[in-house]
Amino acid sequence: MSRQANRGTESKKMSSELFTLTYGALVTQLCKDYENDEDVNKQLDRMGYNIGVRLIEDFLARSNVGRCHDFRETADVIAKVAFKMYLGITPSITNWSPAGDEFSLILENNPLVDFVELPDSHSSLIYSNLLCGVLRGALEMVQMAVEAKFVQDTLKGDGVTEIRMRFLRRIEDNLPAGEE
Amino acid sequence: MADEALFLLLHNEMVSGVYKSAEQGEVENGRCITKLENMGFRVGQGLIERFTKDTARFKDELDIMKFICKDFWTTVFKKQIDNLRTNHQGIYVLQDNKFRLLTQLSAGKQYLEHASKYLAFTCGLIRGGLSNLGIKSIVTAEVSSMPACKFQVMIQKL
Repeated sequence: MSRQANRGTESKKMSSELFTLTYGALVTQLCKDYENDEDVNKQLDRMGYNIGVRLIEDFLARSNVGRCHDFRETADVIAKVAFKMYLGITPSITNWSPAGDEFSLILENNPLVDFVELPDSHSSLIYSNLLCGVLRGALEMVQMAVEAKFVQDTLKGDGVTEIRMRFLRRIEDNLPAGEE
Repeated sequence: MADEALFLLLHNEMVSGVYKSAEQGEVENGRCITKLENMGFRVGQGLIERFTKDTARFKDELDIMKFICKDFWTTVFKKQIDNLRTNHQGIYVLQDNKFRLLTQLSAGKQYLEHASKYLAFTCGLIRGGLSNLGIKSIVTAEVSSMPACKFQVMIQKL
């Protein structure tokens, strides 16, 4: 009985390691293909965006959350539901700007960097930049234009990983010309 | 954790990313497939190391292949290989009737010509896993009707 239970948690851990390892192989390949870190960062962001615009559908189908009424609700859903569902972690939300349009996600541990060390030659690489793209793409599909960027990174020696999210504007549905 | 969706999307992005950034002639001479296969290889090596840390020693080659078909496949693709055949002389054919990375692509012959792009990573995954278990192999895949596919493993005697 207990042997089976062991297998269960083992395979859950393994699935997350599959994603971590695959992501690592991807970043390694990108570093080989593109000469400078800036290009790799951009590629990761773009790929993340493409993933995000599709992931949001999967998320909405699985989680059954309704429409968020403001940015604070959005932040809660992102941290407590989305991150938990896909990466198994619950980042904390801090540093709200006075206008309520910016906040920080603090990740105590980032599963993407589980076996990773950044060599000196890639000091300006934003390893987990895919996440920023995913957040941006997913939120765009629910009519929110946001900016996401890393301001702290454990890979670069900081104590935690911090993503700063900034609300830019609401995206109005663009009706095709001629329709009212 | 619903990370199967995440892995699927990441894999598909990787495939399209490799092909989008392919330079002149790279698609034809198979560089893209090689890149994907190499990525799979690295991941397979790492995964099998983590996975078999505490398992018992494998009795023989067939035991290893059965492990790949059952435990390894279940961890990665949430199901087992449906059929394993061998000629007992170093050739194994692993058949998956509903391969997870192809189910979203088509259910039949549509897009058949693109299927190989989506199998390259997995071929590398198998090759990498076997490699770190001490087996050198060549892994190829064939599809006749999605989402069923067959992976052929040819063990290389050193």
